[in-house]
Amino acid sequence: MNNSKLKIILNGLVTENPTFVLILGMCPTLATTSSAINGMSMGLATLFVLVGSNMAIALLKNVIPDKVRIPAYVVVIATFVSIVEMTMQAYLPALYESLGIFIPLIVVNCIVLGRAEAFAAKNTVFDSFLDGLGIGLGFTFALTLLGAIRELLGTGKTLGMIVFPEHYGMLIFVLAPGAFIALGYLIAAFNRLKKTN
Amino acid sequence: MTYILIFISAVFVNNIVLSQFLGICPFLGVSKRIETALGMSGAVAFVMTIATIFTYIIQKSVLDPFHIGYLQTITYILIIAALVQLVEIILKKISPALYQALGVFLPLITTNCTILGVALLVIKKDFNLLESVVFAISTAVGFGLALILFAGIREQLSMVKVPKAMEGTPISLLTAGLLAMAFMGFAGIVK
Repeated sequence: MNNSKLKIILNGLVTENPTFVLILGMCPTLATTSSAINGMSMGLATLFVLVGSNMAIALLKNVIPDKVRIPAYVVVIATFVSIVEMTMQAYLPALYESLGIFIPLIVVNCIVLGRAEAFAAKNTVFDSFLDGLGIGLGFTFALTLLGAIRELLGTGKTLGMIVFPEHYGMLIFVLAPGAFIALGYLIAAFNRLKKTN
Repeated sequence: MTYILIFISAVFVNNIVLSQFLGICPFLGVSKRIETALGMSGAVAFVMTIATIFTYIIQKSVLDPFHIGYLQTITYILIIAALVQLVEIILKKISPALYQALGVFLPLITTNCTILGVALLVIKKDFNLLESVVFAISTAVGFGLALILFAGIREQLSMVKVPKAMEGTPISLLTAGLLAMAFMGFAGIVK
């Protein structure tokens, strides 16, 4: 794989990380990260939709009239979201229950539509695939990290393994306010790291 | 009584922004000043109520009888997108003043997850049409309350010196966290 292709993936992971740099898709980021595994599943579901819709839109970009492109993109995205929704409902019912309403809400996740408009509408199918993969991995990484931190601080567990006794945990981090606070500090840390580099 | 419970629950206990995490983007994006926050809340209340009624009717009269529930997501998003366009055109014609006030915010609302979220929640909670309308209006009130409170805090916050790395989103998120903590105090009013 040559350098420019690798750059597209790294762009999504670091330079344009959807959560830490672009601050997009905040709703699922905050809502589904009460544990690392939930965060990761949400990230992977979004990754699938991103890759699928990016490729489909890159394929269809010459067929879709410019004037109705946004509704057309939304329909493409909604199709992939429905696929994820039905697959999860069939094979991972427990996970489907715990992510709940946030699976259908991937449709209105601004990251997906944003990449369709900003990248897939202008680039080749393979590049769009890589872009979807990069951004999706960046999103998954951010959600998993946030989920792991909240789970550890809140319940003393990481991925279900006990690190310290649960009653030492700060329950607030699993609840709503902890999501805001943990993400706030994470973004601040990311900003600080970027400055020193 | 049910309606009052739905109202209190949606505004305070299960506030759409601070405990359900829907509509975070406009919450962080358009809450720098109280006026813009008011405009956005107005537009959301308007579209949310209409969209909920429409999606509810479509769900009960088309999707359910024909057993095509799997088309729910795609149908809803199309209804909402079309509705936002329609509301924009109608408002421009019949009430230019209101259009002026809400204008900028209307297109943004299509990708506001509160609208789709409420439309889906109403079906999930098995509400009837009237309960759904009450739920939509109260959710919009809750959204407005959170947005306006937050805008008020941020107006003050803009005059304070904040550490460099915390400027912008991080400090807003921390503030939102504290606000969410305050709203947790309402838990238990309605079970």
